[in-house]
Amino acid sequence: MKVSMTVNGTAFEHDVEPRTLLVQHLRENMGLTGTHVGCDTSSCGACTILVNGETVKSCTLLAVQCDGADIKTIEGMATNGDLHPIQESFREKHGLQCGFCTPGMILSSWQLLERNPKPSEGEIRHALEGNFCRCTGYDNIVKAVQHASQQSA
Amino acid sequence: MIPESFDYQRASSVSDAISLLHQHGEGAKILAGGHSLVPTMKLRLSTPATLIDIGDLTELKYISDKGDYLAIGAGATHWMLESSDLIQQKAPALSQSAGQVGDVQVRNRGTIGGVLAHSDPQADYPGVILALNATIVVQGSGGERTIAAADYFTGLWETALEETEILTEVRIPTDNANANSCYLKFPQPASRYPYVGCAVAMSTAGGSCAEIRVGFSGVGETAFRDSGVENALQGQALSESSIAAASAKAAEGRSVLSDVFVSEEYRRAMAQVYAKRALSQLS
Ligand SMILES: Cc1cc2nc3c(=O)[nH]c(=O)nc-3n(C[C@H](O)[C@H](O)[C@H](O)COP(=O)(O)OP(=O)(O)OC[C@H]3O[C@@H](n4cnc5c(N)ncnc54)[C@H](O)[C@@H]3O)c2cc1C
Ligand code: FES
Ligand code: FES
Repeated sequence: MKVSMTVNGTAFEHDVEPRTLLVQHLRENMGLTGTHVGCDTSSCGACTILVNGETVKSCTLLAVQCDGADIKTIEGMATNGDLHPIQESFREKHGLQCGFCTPGMILSSWQLLERNPKPSEGEIRHALEGNFCRCTGYDNIVKAVQHASQQSA
Repeated sequence: MIPESFDYQRASSVSDAISLLHQHGEGAKILAGGHSLVPTMKLRLSTPATLIDIGDLTELKYISDKGDYLAIGAGATHWMLESSDLIQQKAPALSQSAGQVGDVQVRNRGTIGGVLAHSDPQADYPGVILALNATIVVQGSGGERTIAAADYFTGLWETALEETEILTEVRIPTDNANANSCYLKFPQPASRYPYVGCAVAMSTAGGSCAEIRVGFSGVGETAFRDSGVENALQGQALSESSIAAASAKAAEGRSVLSDVFVSEEYRRAMAQVYAKRALSQLS
């Protein structure tokens, strides 16, 4: 089945089996391996990306459901080699250790700050409930989000 | 994990989806947000031959004020409900429950129609829908019919929705009790599904309980209205002792779920605790 979508600003069209998962489509057909698969059971959030400006777990979506969609993955966060302020903040505040959860954390943080530019610590923790960090670096992740929120005055 | 192969059809309208359901027969299933269906298909617990996708139908994505009731399209996502000022004002229990479903990513995709059609005994909305005295609108080839929430949940994973019908709308009456409603949840810490979800809608007059509806999610095989609690408080002056006496009736005489995490006894005790907290909050 033909599926077209815009990913990080570039239009793609592929022929896919309806059962192809979106994450598999991004990683295997487009080579965008920044989106990770942690649990494959909708729990960990490592596969979080943006579909039409909303975070979703790409292991829990079929590629065919996103026909015509505008998609953003971690590869699309930097502009012309300049890291996105949220990425900068994760670096600055040591918000990553092994980095496996980071792409999902960054996109979930983006969604939070887009909806609530000045979140409280509690709101940050609530907004990141769908993202697990197996290195358990949550405190620094929260600090990174706070830092990013202060950057955008 | 990849689902078994299936045929995929994208419906262009609700009536198109109904004719596709008839055309593809028994093996066909509606796909909305996919956040119950896709995980079960990945585990191959569900192997539909055809998926009929209604996920993009804008005609099902609305929240509107009809005066006597709020009309919510089946395709409204948990996030739409959580962020709606209208629902927050007229039916706070619904917005509170929407904001506690799973996590942000799940709330961005999952729909109220999907939850009610799926009827997971552990879902949040069923008890809320009962407490808010909602009406469920479904559409089939013969046209539209409405089902009172009280008649909708018929058993474990069972509802009054027919295989070839589409759930299109949920109607929430705009009454005083619904405007003074709340939802409190004791969640499974990993999955966030409720062990106990307690929804209460209550109107008061001169310090007494005028009208009360209590619904529980997660406690029994199916969500239920708790007439024991309701009858104990209806018409009574609201006080610490009347609330304690009423909440002690929670789930009385009901069969209560039990699992490795939360035994029947503990669940029953937590139903009482959450009822008491909800009633106190609204008094
Ligand atoms: C990680 C995770 C955590 C979750 N946590 C919670 C939680 O805490 N509380 C909770 O309540 N839920 C939770 N859910 C479930 C979530 O709310 C789902 O979105 C919801 O159960 C199903 O909605 P959907 O739109 O995704 O439906 P789908 O998965 O698309 O469909 C579910 C079923 O309903 C049928 N269906 C869907 N829409 C219609 C319709 N309009 N008419 C007729 N049939 C229809 C489908 O055929 C299918 O059988 C969680 C899900 C995940 C993945
Ligand atoms: S890989 Fe998608 S949620 Fe874990
Ligand atoms: S940094 Fe290792 S999983 Fe989060």
